[in-house]
Amino acid sequence: MNEIIVALAIGVLTASGTWLLLRPRTFQVIIGLSLLSYAVNLFIVAMGRLKVDAAPIVVAGAVPDPAAFSDPLPQALVLTAIVIGFAMTALLLVVLLAARGLTGTDHVDGQKDEAR
Amino acid sequence: MTSWVDHLPVVPVVLPLMTGALLLLVDERRHTFKALISVVSLCLLLIAAFALIRSVDASQTHVYRLGNWPAPFGIVLVADRLAAMMVLLVAILGMAALLFSLARWDRAGPRMHALLQFLLMGLNGAFLTGDLFNLFVFFELFLAASYGLALHASGSARVRASLHYIVVNLVASLLFLIGVSLLYAVAGTLNMADLALRAAAIAPQDRALFEIGAAILAIAFLVKAGMWPLCFWLPSTYAAAAAPAAAMFAILSKVGIYAVLRIWLLLFGETSGASAGFGAAALVYGGLVTLAFGAIGVLASQHLTHVAGFSLLVSAGTLLAAIGAGQAAVTAAALYYLVVSTLGVSALYLLIELVERTRGPGADVLAVTAEEFGDAYAEPEPIEETGLAIPGAMAVLGLSFTACALLLAGLPPLPGFLAKFALLAALLGADSVAASAWVMLLLLTLAGLAAIIALGRAGVRIFWASHEPHIPRVRPIEIAPIALLLALCIALTLQAGAVMRYVRDAADTLHTPRAYIREVLPSR
Repeated sequence: MNEIIVALAIGVLTASGTWLLLRPRTFQVIIGLSLLSYAVNLFIVAMGRLKVDAAPIVVAGAVPDPAAFSDPLPQALVLTAIVIGFAMTALLLVVLLAARGLTGTDHVDGQKDEAR
Repeated sequence: MTSWVDHLPVVPVVLPLMTGALLLLVDERRHTFKALISVVSLCLLLIAAFALIRSVDASQTHVYRLGNWPAPFGIVLVADRLAAMMVLLVAILGMAALLFSLARWDRAGPRMHALLQFLLMGLNGAFLTGDLFNLFVFFELFLAASYGLALHASGSARVRASLHYIVVNLVASLLFLIGVSLLYAVAGTLNMADLALRAAAIAPQDRALFEIGAAILAIAFLVKAGMWPLCFWLPSTYAAAAAPAAAMFAILSKVGIYAVLRIWLLLFGETSGASAGFGAAALVYGGLVTLAFGAIGVLASQHLTHVAGFSLLVSAGTLLAAIGAGQAAVTAAALYYLVVSTLGVSALYLLIELVERTRGPGADVLAVTAEEFGDAYAEPEPIEETGLAIPGAMAVLGLSFTACALLLAGLPPLPGFLAKFALLAALLGADSVAASAWVMLLLLTLAGLAAIIALGRAGVRIFWASHEPHIPRVRPIEIAPIALLLALCIALTLQAGAVMRYVRDAADTLHTPRAYIREVLPSR
């Protein structure tokens, strides 16, 4: 059950993110990128196998049993990925605002969209 | 860990980091002081890179265990011949870009010196690291710095191009993460040597997942490398960037090539059992299409900056096709070609900035359309009988331009010719010549022809047929880095034997991953 919920969450986030990424407005693109990065972060955690009620800690002294604790490495990776993704999104927001100010439009190509 | 030589691999990462941090603390108005810090740091970096390349060449691979943790648990930096060579190339390009920017670009926007140092740090780290996730972090570091440099001096065109550049690279980074986590899920490790070791022992039912992970990872690298059809962002972004930044970016696409070369040969080299050679055809044919696309782009470009950008694609295509051949001799020639083409394109980007000063904006477009439609408004020019009076600056620029054109087109006596010759000799000299090798011969020749036509056309317009010979003001510090890069190319011709010996050793090391694995994981 857990697996299906997580897989569905990743799938929905990826699908919405991809759709938004292909939109012509810069703000939609940035939201799409954020959704995609959430999906990727969930994906990284899921790649360390899903476990319930298992701490990512090995008890001192005892011989560690891999089945009893969850994999700590993906959790460390996802922290790094979140921090980097956050910083890049902030940077992209600044560029987005600069592009809006310099070109007078929020189209990704910096030109007015004739189609609409 | 007692001798200072043991700590050499970490110097190219730590030195630019410290310098960059220091530069952030210095007030923006103290230009001379900041320039001094940057130049001193880059001199030290050059010395460190030289020392590293000498010590790596003399003995074998250096493995630097951060925190002295054993390999699969701690992060390692691995300096083998290829990594040391790339670090030296980064330092040389960094020096050229820095010297060039001192003339005026470093005052065109804030924090250029610090951004350049962080870019160097990220690049060196990406070349030296032996851990896949660490590679991701270094990728993000130099990309973040490159976003800043691409936006340097601002302006509508730069912001627009950078917006595309950032979005494309963010998506590529997400793919990178997906690929890395898939590999981790299957193999349970992120250390490259450990991954290579475990690649052979992967269960048959998991092998498809492993290959999918590697393929997604490869897409992320190939976006950076600029393989068709992932390359449309490259020429316009690099054309919009400031000249010293663009000169530095010439090596950014080579990072993608480096990552493909390193990881492909480790994961799908001779040790990987059933998956050996996975994706070779994709690299070869992708490379050939990129080569053709780049050649057409070079011909179709109206601006010199776009010619340089498409030349980068030509070299990326050549390198990918050569890597895909999977033979040590071809890889060796490709490494020589990599160095030469990077130096050539970098020099061209710097040179274009100076050449552009000789005429007004839009002159290129006029020149090309004039050829097409005939110059209806051309007036007969008064013929001056004063003889040739080539001003000094124009002569130097013209000579440098000719040298760049010869380099990119691959004509003798410059090493562009040697590189292409070595590449084709290795490809066609093998026991069984693949059909793709003949296609590559044809495309490489045509790409050279395209480069000579495009650059020849531009050169004639600029240096021989300019209507008003507007003599540009060129400062010695701007011409010096171009002269440095071109002199290095001439040195590469004169010392071709020694350099070829070095790259052959580097390629042999790459093609025998067992030695690499033994160095990183001595206990297995």
